[in-house]
Amino acid sequence: MAAIEHAAVTEHRTSTGLPNMKLAMWLFLASDCLLFGALISSYVLYRGASIVGPYPNDVFDIPYTSVSSFVLLASSLTMVLALSAIQRGDQGRFRVWVLATALLGMTFVGGQVYEFTTFHDEGLSLTTNLFGTTFYVLTGFHGTHVAVGILMLLTLLSLSLAGRITRERAETVELVGLYWHFVDIVWIVIFTVVYLIPTGNPG
Amino acid sequence: MASVSVLAERSRGLLARPTATTGFWSWITTVDHKKIGILYGVTAMFFALVGGTEALLIRLQLAQPDQNLLSPSAYNELFTMHGITMVFFVVMPLSAAFFNYLIPLMIGARDVAFPRLNAFSYWAFLLGGIFIYSSWFLGGAPNGGWFGYAPNAVVDPTRGMTFYAIGLLIAGIASTVSAVNLAVTVINMRAPGMTLFRMPVFVWMGLVVQLLLAFSLPIITVGLVELLFDRRFGTHFFDPSAGGDPLLWQHLFWLFGHPEVYILILPAMGIVSEILPVFARKPLFGYQFVVFSGIAIGFIGFGVWAHHMFAVGLGPVANTAFGISTMIIAVPTGVKIFNWLGTLWNGDIRFTTPMLFSIGFIAMFVIGGLSGVTHAVVPSDYQQTDTYYIVAHFHYVLFGGAMFGLLGGLYYWWPKVFGRMLNERWGKVQFWTILVGFNLAFGPMHVLGLQGMPRRIQSYPESLGLTFWNLVSTIGAFIIALGVLVFLVNAVRSFRQPREMVADPWDARTLEWATSSPPPDHNFDEIPVVHGLDEVWHRKYAETEGGRVVPVPAGGSGESEHGDAHGIHLPGPSYYPFVASLGLPLAGYGLIFNWWLVAAGLVVTLTALYGWVLEPSAE
Repeated sequence: MAAIEHAAVTEHRTSTGLPNMKLAMWLFLASDCLLFGALISSYVLYRGASIVGPYPNDVFDIPYTSVSSFVLLASSLTMVLALSAIQRGDQGRFRVWVLATALLGMTFVGGQVYEFTTFHDEGLSLTTNLFGTTFYVLTGFHGTHVAVGILMLLTLLSLSLAGRITRERAETVELVGLYWHFVDIVWIVIFTVVYLIPTGNPG
Repeated sequence: MASVSVLAERSRGLLARPTATTGFWSWITTVDHKKIGILYGVTAMFFALVGGTEALLIRLQLAQPDQNLLSPSAYNELFTMHGITMVFFVVMPLSAAFFNYLIPLMIGARDVAFPRLNAFSYWAFLLGGIFIYSSWFLGGAPNGGWFGYAPNAVVDPTRGMTFYAIGLLIAGIASTVSAVNLAVTVINMRAPGMTLFRMPVFVWMGLVVQLLLAFSLPIITVGLVELLFDRRFGTHFFDPSAGGDPLLWQHLFWLFGHPEVYILILPAMGIVSEILPVFARKPLFGYQFVVFSGIAIGFIGFGVWAHHMFAVGLGPVANTAFGISTMIIAVPTGVKIFNWLGTLWNGDIRFTTPMLFSIGFIAMFVIGGLSGVTHAVVPSDYQQTDTYYIVAHFHYVLFGGAMFGLLGGLYYWWPKVFGRMLNERWGKVQFWTILVGFNLAFGPMHVLGLQGMPRRIQSYPESLGLTFWNLVSTIGAFIIALGVLVFLVNAVRSFRQPREMVADPWDARTLEWATSSPPPDHNFDEIPVVHGLDEVWHRKYAETEGGRVVPVPAGGSGESEHGDAHGIHLPGPSYYPFVASLGLPLAGYGLIFNWWLVAAGLVVTLTALYGWVLEPSAE
C-alpha cells in the first residue's frame, strides 16, 4: 500500500505492464507458499507420531470447523464484491462489503480462539505432544495471517471513510484482496490435511 | 514549489518528512539506492573485520597442538559466530551492496521499485546483526555452528541459540523484503529497449539470487520458528523423547542452506562476467549460455540439499539420488567456467586489479568446485564429513570464489561509486598477498582433512602429526589479514585524492558507465534508450566491414544529452523505514527477556508502518 501514492506520481509505465505493487504481492505470496509448505510438511511428518494423547480424533469437532471454514470462504465472495464496488466507484457498497469481509474474518478467528480454548480444556496444549505442537503452530500461523488481513481490511475501511480510497486507487483494494484470497486458499489445504484426512492414531 | 503548500503537505504526516540531504540524518532517512548500497558495503566490510578477527583467533588457537588460548566453549562461540558473520553479514550484504547500487544503473532506472522498503531492508539487516552480536554481552554467543543442528541447538543451556534464531529471523525478514523489491525492479523497471536478454549478466544473476532468496528464506524461517518454539515454549519439533525427529531441522536448514550457497556465489559469478569482457576487450563468450546456466544452477540448487546429510543415514536410494543431482549441478557451473575462458581466449587482456581478482576467482573456484564434486561421491564423502577437507572446500568456493569476485567488483566499481580510483599498484600488492595467504591458509586443510583432523574441535594432540600444516595455515591466515590491511590503506588513500570524475575509466561496456561517476541522485538526466547488449560499448565503438573495431567519432551516436534534472520526481527521504525496523530487535529482546518488550516492538513497527502508508509524498 505504501508506495501507491508514489506510484501515481512517478510510475508511468512498467516493463511488463503489471503494476509494481501487484507483482510484488504475487512474489510475496509465492514466497509465503513455501512458508506454509514447510509448516504443513512439519505437520504431515509428525502425523500419527505423538506418543501420548489427546489425539486428533479426541478433540476435533468436524461440523463446527466446517462451519467456520465456510464462513472464511464466504468472505472471499464479499471481498470480490468489495473490489467490484470500488471499481465502479460505489463507495457505499464498497464499505458494506469490506466491513462484511472483515466481520466474517473476525468470526473465523473468533471461532479459532474458541476451538483452541476447547482443545486446551480437553488437555491438548502446545507442549502436550507432537500433535499439539504442530497443530497449534500451523493453525496459529494461519490465524495470524487472517488477523493481519483483518487489520488491512479495517485500514481500507477507515481510509475509505477519510475519502482516500477512490476508484483510481482500486488497485490497493485488489492487493488486499489477493492476500485475502491467498489466506483462504491456504485454509482449504490446511482444513483438508489437518481435519479431513483421518489419522491412524488410537482413540 | 511554494513553501506554503509544502508545509500543508507535511502536516498531514505523523512525522515531518525529513529534509536533510547531507550529514548523519541524510544517511538515516535516505531511500536512495546508491546511498543504501554504500551503507550495505560499509556494514559488510565492518563485519568482515569482525569475522576476520574471529578467524584469526581460531587460527591462533590451532597454530600449535594442545594449546589453551581459547577455552572449548569460547572456541565454539567463535567458530559459530565466524560462520554466521561471514555468510549472513559479510558476503550476503556485500552482494546486496552491489545489487542495490548497480541494478538500477545497469537497467537504466532512477531507483529500485520500492525505495522506502529498500531502506527498511538495510536497517532490519543491520539491527539483526547487532542483535546477534549483542548476545556476547547478554549471556553468551551462539555456539552450535552456523547450521545450528538440533537437538544440540535446543538443549544448549546458554541463550546463544535463541539469539541465533531470532537474529536470523530478523535478517531473514530484511532479505525477503529486499528480494521481492529487487526482483520487481529487474522485472518491471527496465529502460526502454532493455529486454531481458540485453541485461548485463550481473543483473541476471541478481534476479536469480532474489528468486532463490524469496523461495528458500521462508523454509529456514519455519525452521528457526520451530527451533525458537522448542527453546522458549517447550514444543517438541526436534525432541526425540516426544517422538520428534532432529533430522527435520537438517532438512529444513539445508533446503534453505544449499540455495544459500548459490545465493553467495552467483553474485560473484555475475561480477566476474562483467569484468572479464571489459579487460579482455571482447564480448562475453556465449552470453546466453552463461545466463541460462545461472538459471539452471538456481533451479538445480533446490534439489541437492541432502548431500550435506549423506552421513546421517538416509539410505542408499536417497544418497544416490542426491549424489547424482550434485554432480549434475557441476555441469552448468562448468559451462560458465568454459565461457569465461572463451572470453579470455584471444582477448586483448589488460591485467588490472579487477581482472587479476577475476582470474583468481576462476582458478580458486575451480579448485573448490572440484573438491565439491568429490563430496558428491557418497563413499568418499563418508570419509570427508566433518573433517577439515570440508572446511578447505567451502573456503575455496566462498573465499577464493565469492570474496575474490566481490573484491574484484570493489576495485572495478570503486571509481563509479566514489569518483576516485583505487591505486592499481597497491591493488596488485593486495591481490598477490591475498592469493598467497589464501592458498597457504586453506590449501593445507585438504591434507589435514584427509589425515582425519575433525572440524569444530578446539585442540589436537601433538601425537597426531597435524602440527606442521596447522602452523602453515595460521601463517596463511595472517598473510590474508595483511592483504586486508593493504586494502584498507588503499581505500583511505583513495579518499585523500581529489575526485577525478572520469565517467568511464575502464572503457567499459554496460549502462552504469553511461552516466557520470559518481552518478547524480537521479542516475540519468534522460532515461537511456537501449539498442543491444553492451549498450555503452556500441555507443563508443563500431565495426568496419573487415571486422575491425573503430571508435565512433565523438558526437556520433554517443550520448551527449545535456538535460538538467528539472522535473524529475524522486522519492523523498523518510524516517519510517528506520523506525519500523527498530521494532524488530525490540520484539526480539522481548522474546528472551520480557513480554512487554514484544508488545512495545509490535507497537513501534505497526505505528511506523501506518505512518509510512499515510506519509505524504514530498512533491
